Order: sequence, then C-alpha cells, then structure tokens
Amino acid sequence: MQLTGWGNFPKRTTQLTAPRSEADLAEQITQGRAIARGNGRSYGDSAIGGARTLDMRHFDRMLSFNAATGQLVAEAGVMLSDVIDSFLPRGWFPMVTPGTKLITLGGAIGADVHGKNHHVDGSFRACVDWIDLMGPDGSVTRCSRDDNAELFGWTIGGMGLTGIILRCAIRLRSVKSGWIRQTMIPAANLDEAISAFEDNMAATYSVGWIDCAAKGEALGRSLVMLGEHIEPGEVPPRYRATPFRTPHRRKKTFPMNAPGFALNPLSVRAFNALYYWNGARQEGQSIVDWDGYFYPLDAILKWNRLYGRKGFMQFQCVLPQDSAREGLHRLMTAISESGQASFLSVLKRFGPQDSPFSFPMEGYTLALDFPRHARAIALMPELDAITLDHGGRFYLAKDSRVPAETFATADPRAAAFAQWRRDNGLADAFASAQSERLHL
Amino acid sequence: MTQPVLILGARSDMARATARAFAALGHPIQLAARHAVALETEKADLQTRYSVEVTLHDFDALDVAGHEAFIDSLPVLPGIAICAVGTMGDQEENEKDPAKAVAVLRSNFEGPAILFGVLAERFVNRGAGTLVGISSVAGDRGRASNYVYGSAKAGFTAFLSGLRNRLAKKNVHVVTVKPGFVNTAMTAHLDLPAKLTAEPDEVADAIVKAVKKRRNIIYVRPIWWLVMSIICAIPEPAFKKTSI
Repeated sequence: MQLTGWGNFPKRTTQLTAPRSEADLAEQITQGRAIARGNGRSYGDSAIGGARTLDMRHFDRMLSFNAATGQLVAEAGVMLSDVIDSFLPRGWFPMVTPGTKLITLGGAIGADVHGKNHHVDGSFRACVDWIDLMGPDGSVTRCSRDDNAELFGWTIGGMGLTGIILRCAIRLRSVKSGWIRQTMIPAANLDEAISAFEDNMAATYSVGWIDCAAKGEALGRSLVMLGEHIEPGEVPPRYRATPFRTPHRRKKTFPMNAPGFALNPLSVRAFNALYYWNGARQEGQSIVDWDGYFYPLDAILKWNRLYGRKGFMQFQCVLPQDSAREGLHRLMTAISESGQASFLSVLKRFGPQDSPFSFPMEGYTLALDFPRHARAIALMPELDAITLDHGGRFYLAKDSRVPAETFATADPRAAAFAQWRRDNGLADAFASAQSERLHL
Repeated sequence: MTQPVLILGARSDMARATARAFAALGHPIQLAARHAVALETEKADLQTRYSVEVTLHDFDALDVAGHEAFIDSLPVLPGIAICAVGTMGDQEENEKDPAKAVAVLRSNFEGPAILFGVLAERFVNRGAGTLVGISSVAGDRGRASNYVYGSAKAGFTAFLSGLRNRLAKKNVHVVTVKPGFVNTAMTAHLDLPAKLTAEPDEVADAIVKAVKKRRNIIYVRPIWWLVMSIICAIPEPAFKKTSI
C-alpha cells in the first residue's frame, strides 16, 4: 500500500502489517528491510519501511510503575498521551515531551525527541533507563547504559534502524499540578530573541515562535515563551482543590485537505503578524494548563490537512552555539527575501548533548514548515547550504528531502552509523525509505 | 459505580478496550478466557494504568457443564458481566466442514447464552446486575456471505432479548451490543469501509454509556441502524438475489 508520514509527502509503496505478538514481528523482520512505525507523526519517510512497515500500536501495554523512582515500564506502542492520562492525576508528567503527545514511546526513542526543556534536561534519552530490542533474528536483547551500552547508544536516535523497540523503562517527572506559569517575552528581532534565551537558561522550559515574514529591523522577531510547573497554591482558584484536573479541551478535526491557495505568502504573512501582535499584548506571566502549553496543535486533529493534498515539508536544523547567531541571521534573511514564509516556525536553544547519533547539539534549532510549492522547494537548497556553512545538521524525524550528500556532509556520524549497522548485521533487516534514501 | 466487571473472552480487542474503559472509571476487573495465565500483561496494563484490582480466570465458553463452577470460582460475583466470546470462522469452511460450523454456532450462541443464563440466576437472587452481550449486526438477517456466524448471533440476540424481557422486573438489566464492523484481529484480513468501521475504543465507550444509561439495544455507529433497517426491509424474493 501507499504510505506517507505526517507531512503527506513523500508517498511510498510498502507492505503494512500490524503484528500482535512477538512471533508475528519476528516473522516479518526475517523477511528483511522492515521498519517499526508508531503513530505516524514523523514528517517524512522515516517510518515507511524499505519493504515492510510494522505498525506497533498493538503493543500498547503498560507493565509496571514504581512510585518511588518514577520509573514506568511499558511496551513501545504506548502513547505519550496515555502516559499523561494515567499518571498526571497521580502527580507525574513525561520528563521530556515534544510538541505533540500523539506519539508512541518507541517513536520517541527512535527519534530521540526533544522538548522545551532540552537546555536543562537534554533529549528523551535522558529519561530512558533500558530498552528491549528485537534483533534481525527475532531474539530480544535488553540494553541500557550498563549492558549492551553501544546498542543502547545507537538505538536512541537511531530511527528504528537498530532493531524493533519492544519495551522500555522511562522515568517520569514528579509535578505538583497540571498547570504551567508561562512568561511571554516579545523580542523585536533575532538578537533580542537570542538574548531572551541566553538570559533564561535557568527556566525549565523555553521555546520561541519566530516570524519568518518579518524583514529589516524586525528580522527574526519572536515570542519567547518560558514555562515552569507550579504548586497547587498558584493554580487558578476554580481548580485549586483538584490541581491535576484541567479544563477539558474540545477536539476539532480539520475536515479535509485545504485547497492549495489557502496558504499563500499573503495569508501566512498576515497570520504571522497577527500572531506576533497578539502575543506581544500578552507580555508577562499567565497560568496555562499543560495541554494548551505543551500541545496547542493537538487540539486540531489532522491539522496536516491545512497544507492540502500535496503535503508539506519540514526544515529543521541545529546550528552550533558559536555560529548560531550568524547562521540564523542568514537563514532568516534567505527566507524573508524568498517571500516563502513558513506558517509555523519554532526557535529553540539546545543544551549540551552527548550521544552517538541523536539530532541535538548545543546551540540553536530552527524548525520551519513549507507547503510543497515549487518556490518553497527551490528555497531548500539555499537553507541546506547555509546550514552546512555553519556546521549545522538536520533532524531525521522531520526530513523528507535532504539530499544524501548534504546529509552525509552535515553529519559525519551517519557514515559511522551505517558502518556499525553493516558490522552488526542490521543493514539488511532494518531499512526505511529514509535510510535507503540517505544510505544510513 | 465501582462494582467488579467480569469480561468474558478477555483476549479480544473489543474486550481489552472495554476492560480499559471500565478500569478507567475505577472498577475492579475480572478477566476470563482460555489459558488465562497468558493474560498477565493485560492484567499488568490495567493495574499500571488505572490502579485497579485485576484478577485472571480460566474460562472455556464451550464447557457449558463447567459454567456454574466457573462462576463459583470468582472472588466475588461481578456487578456487570460483558460477553465478548465468539469466532467468525470462514463462511466457506463453515459450509463444508460440519465440525467448524458447530464450533462457530457453539462459541457465538450456546456458550454465551448458557453462561448468561447461569449468571442471570445469580443476579436475580442478588436482586441486581447488568449483563452485556456483544452480538452482531450479522444476526439481523442471514446473508450468503456469513450466515453460519450470523445465525449464531441471531440466536444470541434473541436469547438476550428474551432474557431482558424476563428480568426487566427484577432489576437485572440486559444490553445487546451490535458493533457493526470493528477494526480488530478478527477482521484484520478484511478490507472494511472506513465510515462503517468502529475502533475497539468506540465499542468500549458505547458499552460504558449503555450500561450507565440502561440502554437495551445499541448499534455502536448509528449508521448501522439505518443500514440494517434497509437490509431487513428488502422483500425476500429480491433479497435472495442480492449479494451483500
């Protein structure tokens, strides 16, 4: 069948099955070129199998929880949203969460996702204690920092290419309420935005929304949002008695693919300007619930339809700290001059990261999305070149289009990863459309 | 609302989803199926997610002589019993192989009906209880494509209807669930139309609601009521020539 990632591009033919037992899984793997797929939230072709795609969502059992350590043992198909549903009422929240809760734990490990607290807590890796991994012959190996440490290292951020993640032990964060104190800092341009991040390295959460349409003096104007978990005493009075209960959000589903012209430079520019001025009016502190703070887009199911039938591309790079300022200036200039403003653009300061193949590094990450129009497609090589010039690299979970040579140049670790896969007999068993495109 | 819930045929996708839905409301759960020891991960899942008490019980729906003993073996008589027992089989095989047809008829009708009969007596003696039978739209009218399964479900539907009628004055409520197509292991090999196909979670939510509101007969997706009304309204001379 034809399968896509969240960006609805590219479409690739693959044999999709949804195994229910480890025996079923093993049988699929031994036929080769298989990849595990979780909830399909990676944007490009990373969760489309080279030949076989294994939908892991039947492996969705939580197995144990230790309230003394906050350690949850669960199967790989358990969703982050399920973890929150079960454990927030008991005072626990994911240690690291990306901007959607509609992902599986296996996917979070495979992509080594990051969140608004990367500068403090690191990537998802930081909360993973061990992983049970099914190898090419169907046997299961437990790996951790102490046992099979090399396998553990490559698996987190290894995009499913080291084996099938079956189970994992992750540690949750103890929280006192389901509410966040948000501090909104309007930044009139890119330098102010960078200062806002650098001045607030002690904040638990920080993230910036950046206006890609702004030019000149306002180039890179942003809203930097900080966040802290709060004590029950600070919770809005109506909810103080039950501090883990937050207002129920009505979910809406984006009804159909939007027509291609819905997102044009004019509408995107208008939206970005409105968003900025609306945010700037909310300067200062406010108390918001966890769902609205961490997962604003989850309220609109299937929001990817906004980009229409042709789908969209994500561009996400990270630039090292010492060249980030200049690199970001050049990226923002290239984007604003192209007129191909991104609808939703996110800027984030990363902290240090120590891992063999994960995306983050200390510096700044910029995430942009573009409808798949010819002019936006033409802009990509320019952004790739600027990223390379500044020692940056690309995020596989978002990628659908980086050329193999560009990726290899940006990330020399890729060649080592591919070699390690060959040496350990993994290269034929586990393959995604992405790994075959990028020779991983 | 925290009476124990007995789930019969606990291995099925609908049963698992239903167990979760009731556990989420704080109900202790009794999982019953053949070779129950293999349900340890389901037990762990319910306990970890919802901090409720979960027990496992060996149960063979076809062993009708053992049903009394099975119920006696439960730690406590459940307040709500949900039967998700049944197998569809393959219609062509059911036509050719009497043994297979018997297995389908017994697992969808005889086993569930006899067990609910026994449970009904216990509930009547206690003066309260709810029985939920998962039947099927296939029982609304026999069709060439699956009438062995359909006729067994028709029998179960009629049994539930009669049981409901008999127990209505005795504070024992009977719910008949007709899920329509559901995306489960049983239907994984079929190509089902998305608009007519429910997820197991939808079935579970519908059951919880039906128990709470003491509904009698539910179609999980309302469109199935319309579809089956039309199918049942076609006169037999025309119907026998169709292939639906």
